[in-house]
Amino acid sequence: MNLDIALLLGQDGLTNGAIYALLALALVLVFAVTRVIFVPQGEFVAYGALTLASLQLGKVPGTAWLLLGAGVVVAIVDTTVALRERRSRRLPAILGWNLVLPLVLFAASWWLAPRQPPLWVQTLLALALVIPLGPMVYRLAFQPLANASVLVLLIVSVAVHFAMLGLGLVFFGAEGSRTPAFTDARFQAGTMTVSGQSLFVIGASALLIVALYLFFEKTLYGKALRATAVNRLGARLVGISTTLAGKLTFTVAAAIGAASGILVAPITTIYYDSGFLVGLKGFVGAIIGGLVSYPLAAAGAVLVGMLESFSSFYASAFKEVIVFTLIIPVLLWRSLRSHHLEEEEDE
Amino acid sequence: MTRGRLLFAALVIVGALVPVFASEFAVTLANYIGLYSIVALGLVLLTGVGGLTSFGQAAFVGLGAYTTAYLTTALGWSPWLTLLAGLAITGAVALVLGLLTLRLSGHYLPLGTIAWGISLYYLFGNLDWLGGQTGLTGIPAITFFGRTLDTGREFFYAIWLVVLVALVSIQNLLDSRPGRAIRSLRGGGVMAESFGVNTANMKIVIFLYAALLASISGWLYAHLLRFVNPTPFSINLGIEYLFMVVMGGAGYVWGAIIGATLLTLLKEWLQDWLPKLVGQAGEFETIVLGVLLVLLLQRARTGIMPFLARFLPVDIRPKTPAEPSDLPQRQRPQRGELLLDVRAARKTFGGLVAVNDVSFQLHAGEILGLIGPNGAGKSTTFNLVTAVLELSGGEILFRGERIDRLPSRQIIRRGIARTFQHVHLRPNMTVLENVAIGAHLRGHRGVLAALVHLERAEEHRLLAEAKAQLERVGLGAHLHDLAGNLALGQQRILEIARALAADPVVLLLDEPAAGLRYREKQALADLLRKLKGEGMSVLLVEHDMDFVMNLVDRLVVMDFGEKIAEGLPREIQENPVVLEAYLGGVE
Amino acid sequence: MHTRLLAAAAILAALGAAVPVHAQIKVGVTVSATGPAASLGIPERNTFAFMPTTIAGQQVQYIVLDDASDTTRARQNTEKFVNEDKVDVIIGSTTTPNSLAMIEVAARSRTPMISMAASARIVEPMDDVRRWVFKTPQSDALMASAITQHMSDNGVKTLAYIGFNDAYGEGWAGEINKFGELRKIKIVGSERFNRTDTSVTGQILKILATNPDAVLIGASGTPAALPQATLVERGYKGRIYQTHGVANADFLRVGGKNVEGTLLPAGPILVAEQLPESNPSRKVALEYKKLYEAKHGPGSLSTFGGHAWDTVLILQAAAPEALKKAKPGTPEFRAALRDAIEGIRDLRATHGVFNMSPQDHNGLDQRARVMVRIDKGQWKLAQ
Repeated sequence: MNLDIALLLGQDGLTNGAIYALLALALVLVFAVTRVIFVPQGEFVAYGALTLASLQLGKVPGTAWLLLGAGVVVAIVDTTVALRERRSRRLPAILGWNLVLPLVLFAASWWLAPRQPPLWVQTLLALALVIPLGPMVYRLAFQPLANASVLVLLIVSVAVHFAMLGLGLVFFGAEGSRTPAFTDARFQAGTMTVSGQSLFVIGASALLIVALYLFFEKTLYGKALRATAVNRLGARLVGISTTLAGKLTFTVAAAIGAASGILVAPITTIYYDSGFLVGLKGFVGAIIGGLVSYPLAAAGAVLVGMLESFSSFYASAFKEVIVFTLIIPVLLWRSLRSHHLEEEEDE
Repeated sequence: MTRGRLLFAALVIVGALVPVFASEFAVTLANYIGLYSIVALGLVLLTGVGGLTSFGQAAFVGLGAYTTAYLTTALGWSPWLTLLAGLAITGAVALVLGLLTLRLSGHYLPLGTIAWGISLYYLFGNLDWLGGQTGLTGIPAITFFGRTLDTGREFFYAIWLVVLVALVSIQNLLDSRPGRAIRSLRGGGVMAESFGVNTANMKIVIFLYAALLASISGWLYAHLLRFVNPTPFSINLGIEYLFMVVMGGAGYVWGAIIGATLLTLLKEWLQDWLPKLVGQAGEFETIVLGVLLVLLLQRARTGIMPFLARFLPVDIRPKTPAEPSDLPQRQRPQRGELLLDVRAARKTFGGLVAVNDVSFQLHAGEILGLIGPNGAGKSTTFNLVTAVLELSGGEILFRGERIDRLPSRQIIRRGIARTFQHVHLRPNMTVLENVAIGAHLRGHRGVLAALVHLERAEEHRLLAEAKAQLERVGLGAHLHDLAGNLALGQQRILEIARALAADPVVLLLDEPAAGLRYREKQALADLLRKLKGEGMSVLLVEHDMDFVMNLVDRLVVMDFGEKIAEGLPREIQENPVVLEAYLGGVE
Repeated sequence: MHTRLLAAAAILAALGAAVPVHAQIKVGVTVSATGPAASLGIPERNTFAFMPTTIAGQQVQYIVLDDASDTTRARQNTEKFVNEDKVDVIIGSTTTPNSLAMIEVAARSRTPMISMAASARIVEPMDDVRRWVFKTPQSDALMASAITQHMSDNGVKTLAYIGFNDAYGEGWAGEINKFGELRKIKIVGSERFNRTDTSVTGQILKILATNPDAVLIGASGTPAALPQATLVERGYKGRIYQTHGVANADFLRVGGKNVEGTLLPAGPILVAEQLPESNPSRKVALEYKKLYEAKHGPGSLSTFGGHAWDTVLILQAAAPEALKKAKPGTPEFRAALRDAIEGIRDLRATHGVFNMSPQDHNGLDQRARVMVRIDKGQWKLAQ
């Protein structure tokens, strides 16, 4: 182990850690507002990456079909509820978001995919196809359970993860994909070669974090989400609908997931089931932040990335063992630092 | 024989006949269901009742399985010895992991369990002498008095015997003194600690028991399949066990078996029928399973058991203890003896001084009221006396001994019992059981005796004591009602009964009249007067002037963290400083 | 009421077993079509979809179940096959641990089993249990022998290995150690990685530090491209070898420029069109390729599907013999089938020529492997 290797490993750890940090943020956000430990966050990463990869190959991504199907289901469910509650004024919005938008996106991918548009167009299209899935997942799986206990929400979350995993296998197949790098540049910093793509990932992550920060501090919707996170009942009393907060949160989470996937796809091969382990490591970061603190969650995630990088150098066969065993003392330390009173949960 | 017992016996008989009449494959499925049930039963105790979510049970199954696999193939030990070895090893690992992770509060715990679950899984797969990823073959069969258990039908009895023992033992445990302690673990355990329950110990106990059950399941698995490799002990299985528990009904012991059966049969059914609809086996089964689980939980978030429970015969009223309460009682202090001595108590939160050198005393046989306007610091002072908060300065003595550094468990031992501002009951336990928690420290039989119900004599005495206290406070007609079904006023009185069950010298009541209607307040006041007449000493924090004035012997008034007046109710009512504090100055 | 019952019965009949119950051969197939081994199991499952429905004049019913790469599930499926469906032969599973979990059941029920998994442990050492078990894929030893021969012929003195952290990677690590000693090649590093790892920088850096003459990557499918890409990115100039596990088109797609020039051993099916006419596997492999690619598109062929096809070739060869002795659905038939499979000689298959014997239930020889080089994004037979 010399300095060169240490620097390279550090760079690797930081790059991976940046992705885990983004996921950690998404997980903390979703938990704070909806109390859902969002296990399928990793699936959004995989979907984002694999959608882009499909477009790269000139094929219509399976996500377009999924979006259409999910949209139809949500439209049916919401329409039934709206009619039952005699609020047919909501129908245009329901049909617009859940039928028209997916159809438009589907048509767009159908038309665009074979034409191999430039990378940035494909990236935008991939994002557009994956992000609407977020609120749809919320509507179908979690909205009816808004008051359930954290354990039940967690189990439902895992069930959704299995469903999305299966769908991922159907649409993307068992083999993985990579996408071309956004930039092939390489820089020399002393004796170390820094790849442009790594810088891009770290930079994009940092940018996203800043954007999220601004969103939560400066915009009304962001503040509304924070309010819901602090006290759901209070937020409702001032007119912030829990449903809106939930859908918005899941939209942001899906956006972060898809963006992470697109960022990481050029560096590594992504599979239909890559999401779980990536999400888990983000989750570790989130927990280190106590599921409340963003900076700590990001720091924890980067720590995980570093641990992973260095232990794959020292003892690659035992990499997982090392990472997950070392997490425990960190958790212990965090847990002892935060004396918080448990929620009294109804049985 | 109650109807419940009859049904149970019938189920056991039917179960015993399954291998005789059912097809070979049905017995195979039943074996797997049994193996999963054993783990799920432990998980019900740990997660369903204790509230500690664990994803790592599969790793303990793996420990049991690998111990026996290695020792029987590499060292030629007998499977019965390896069972003991497996239990010992799993117990040791569980103890260490438990001591580390059970301190993790809230959401750190599930992650902690995931962490070591994954660690152990990769450890199994990377140790060559454990067969690595490929696994260990050629594990011998179990021999039982000369018979080799190598068919599914014979194994059925072994597996389901263990299920039966686990089921009965857990039911026994939950219906006992340690059981009540376990059932109070949820929601932070503050209430449990304040009645002497060592929550940290109880958590370790249930964690260990769940781990040992998982280990036995692993041992059985290894000798059934005669082959082990890491995949059955991965985090996926850990998740599935939790699925089973939640599907079946997390708080219900039978929920474990129902959940295991449901999930296994569902997967079987999907595997049989879905490929015929879709044309090929594979992905769609996972998708449909996920969707079905979500739908199931949306319709029945507390699991299947509550639905089934409606069809089951309801037992007639559980037996009311008939014997009188004969638990030894504490010696009463002399009337007028100094009990509680608060000397210059001080509490600061950062720069804010919430309690500023407050001193007062409580003597035996008197009711002392602590009042003051909102934000005066009364509740903070109360929490200092009950050791929920730490003093920043000053001392608190009880009968000459400093109590301000003691944990709640020690405070109750000295005879100080409390109620809570927001009622801390177990809503799904009966009134009688809730009060019996108060008498926790007056019993001594532990977990092992409870598992086999060898402590019935002591249990009856504890329940008799609870009954006596309930009658004393006037709730004798509600012994077997669920505590959650009582009106708020009755719940507050229940809390007092629970405090009385601890045989206290002093009662500390935190806003007992809050939220009560007029009649309920009168009933409460009558009760307190009666208790005082019987020699009880009471410290009472309250808002309601009317309630307090006609009840207490002396008053201490606080405002802005300081004591501004002390004396008889008549004096306080005319005290200008007090009037100014409550009504505002006259400008 | 009656019409409803009739309708229900009709639907069940339509959904249920459509094959009439007279003499037919039942084949129980368990594959890992989901889970980590899906990239191997899916081509196998797809192959069973167009298997011949008659063998030696008998109807054949295939019952195909997914075991999700899980050993308990594979075991359970097998128990269902022998107890519920009463199959005459079991085929599966895709992975070594799954297969090892199944052999006990096959032996106890006296049903022949043909595995599609890699490790030689499935059929060796021969004992009462393995009497009933056969397998179609070449053993890793056969492939490792060819690769290490090539290495030593080309002056490789030091070798580093990076493989999957599963049974496949583990098996290859063992073979490399064995053959390394034999061929006097020093193994200077042995790393592991997981299928879904996002980076193998640490492992590669460690390997590079030892500066080996060659690196062997022991993984299957597209994940094998990651270490190679990382090695190339880091400027490694030595030889890179892959194993037969990567022999599908997706690997070429994901590997791209990075895998140009890689050498690997493979079953003959991979380069079927380039084989000389005299090669015994050529005709069979091309037939299979045509059938598979007709359904799944040109270039979709996977060598793993070939292992599945070979199992049925074996059945087709053995069934006539067994039918002379007994009827399907009887224990005698299963025993006769087992004997017949064991007696197979010179069966031309997609992955070589099978010559079974009581000691050797794999039955393949040198003809089961060819050396292949990746040339301009295509598989090219290397001489």
